[in-house]
Amino acid sequence: MTFDERYFDIGRLDRLSYGQTLVHRLDPRAKVIATFLFLLTVVSYPKYEIVALAPLFLYPVLLMTLGEIPVRFIMRKVLFVSPFAVFIGIFNPLLDPGTFAVLPGVHVSAGWISFASILLKFALTISAALLLIATTSFPGVCHALRRLGFPALFVSQLLFLYRYLFVLAEEAMRIIRARDMRSFGRRGTGMRVFGRVVGILFLRTVDRAERVYYAMLSRGFAGDIPSLRRSRMAPADLMFLLLMAVFLSGLRFFPVTEGIGRMAQEMFG
Amino acid sequence: MSHHIVEFKDVFFRYPDGTEALRGVSFRITHGESVGVVGANGAGKSTLLQHMNGYLLPSSGTVIVGDLPVTAKSRREIRRKVGIVFQNPDDQFFMPTVFDDVAFGPLNLGLDEAAVRERVLRALTTVSSLDLQDKPPHHLSCGQKSAVAIASVMAMEPDILAMDEPAANLDPRSRRLLIGLLKTFRHSKIVASHDLDLILDVCERCIVIGNGRVVADGPSGRILTDKSLLEANSLELPLSLQRR
Repeated sequence: MTFDERYFDIGRLDRLSYGQTLVHRLDPRAKVIATFLFLLTVVSYPKYEIVALAPLFLYPVLLMTLGEIPVRFIMRKVLFVSPFAVFIGIFNPLLDPGTFAVLPGVHVSAGWISFASILLKFALTISAALLLIATTSFPGVCHALRRLGFPALFVSQLLFLYRYLFVLAEEAMRIIRARDMRSFGRRGTGMRVFGRVVGILFLRTVDRAERVYYAMLSRGFAGDIPSLRRSRMAPADLMFLLLMAVFLSGLRFFPVTEGIGRMAQEMFG
Repeated sequence: MSHHIVEFKDVFFRYPDGTEALRGVSFRITHGESVGVVGANGAGKSTLLQHMNGYLLPSSGTVIVGDLPVTAKSRREIRRKVGIVFQNPDDQFFMPTVFDDVAFGPLNLGLDEAAVRERVLRALTTVSSLDLQDKPPHHLSCGQKSAVAIASVMAMEPDILAMDEPAANLDPRSRRLLIGLLKTFRHSKIVASHDLDLILDVCERCIVIGNGRVVADGPSGRILTDKSLLEANSLELPLSLQRR
């Protein structure tokens, strides 16, 4: 993928948030809290857990279906950041070689199990976070955080990050295009030129920051980014949170997967 | 109403690096006047505009807006009165959606929710961009962005509107719409631009800045037809007045 294509792909995530489905219409705060609970539940499972994590995929799958979010798009994004998780877990099989289970003919070491567990937890958490943004929009999440009591400074930093990411990417794109147009073959694309490109980008950013601050002052900025309250927790939102809590604690505190297995055994065995 | 006045009295300004950007600028703009500020690149137009709401304070001399001299103390009060529209809308448009951006100013003025909503909708209607209200800025075209930038300043209901190169980056049709829009505003207007045709259309008075001084000040019709004056200041006759 070229730089240009990658840049335009960023915009797709928030275009998805323009949707008008049931999931999109939930109060952003409810979704933020639900996602937070979900993440907490996922990471609370012990190191060697695989089986009990499986039913948790119900949440992202439901959200994707009800929110009409394309599955392949989310999966691509999850794959895109997966190297982080892989590098965290890749040495587990070497460091933790004790036999954990014996399948017919193969000894499965504990390290492989914990590696698989890391990957599952990663897929669950990242897809939940992506779905939160895809159904709520990034600014929606920021305002929800502010109203849930996060510090103003923190939230405004996030908002600026989101706003100027695109401007900065465009700026970088222009500089890189200008470089490519005048560098023939290998010449001009080396490290030294790259260093200067980064330097110029930094200087332009500083200049821009100053102009933006001037613009903010001109419109009466005094430290906090104000926002209009545009939503109220409706019964549907509370219902959603309640269901979420029941679903998560049910999975966490009762051996649901095992139960299903037993039931299947009794029915067919 | 005589309070929508901008007056520069012998204003000097020196940048920290020693560049003398303004060297004794004096003029007085009265209520409801629309004034074009023209001059070569680097003549001091932007510096001049930045003095109007106290972003820069004069090294010597005074700037008076309404009946208040612009000082570090009166800046906040002045900024309610003078709305500045910047050259690059990306610098001005810093909130995540159009609605939030236009609401930023009124919310900072401490208005309640209903009043803010009303002002935002009115300002967006004025620049006929109401249907953009939920869009994020990176999905807008340049013309749409500059319309929103104007709305965001209009929503603060300033007495005086100052604009830096408002038609830069606009296609001819958006530029024409902007000119039509500017003509409907009854604020005191100050427009700094190289687009002399725009100034000729919108402003009845024109100030020529050169080397940090006021070189000429008079009716646009007279100044913008004075070929030798314009050429001495790196300008030329407005295209509409040039014979081919």
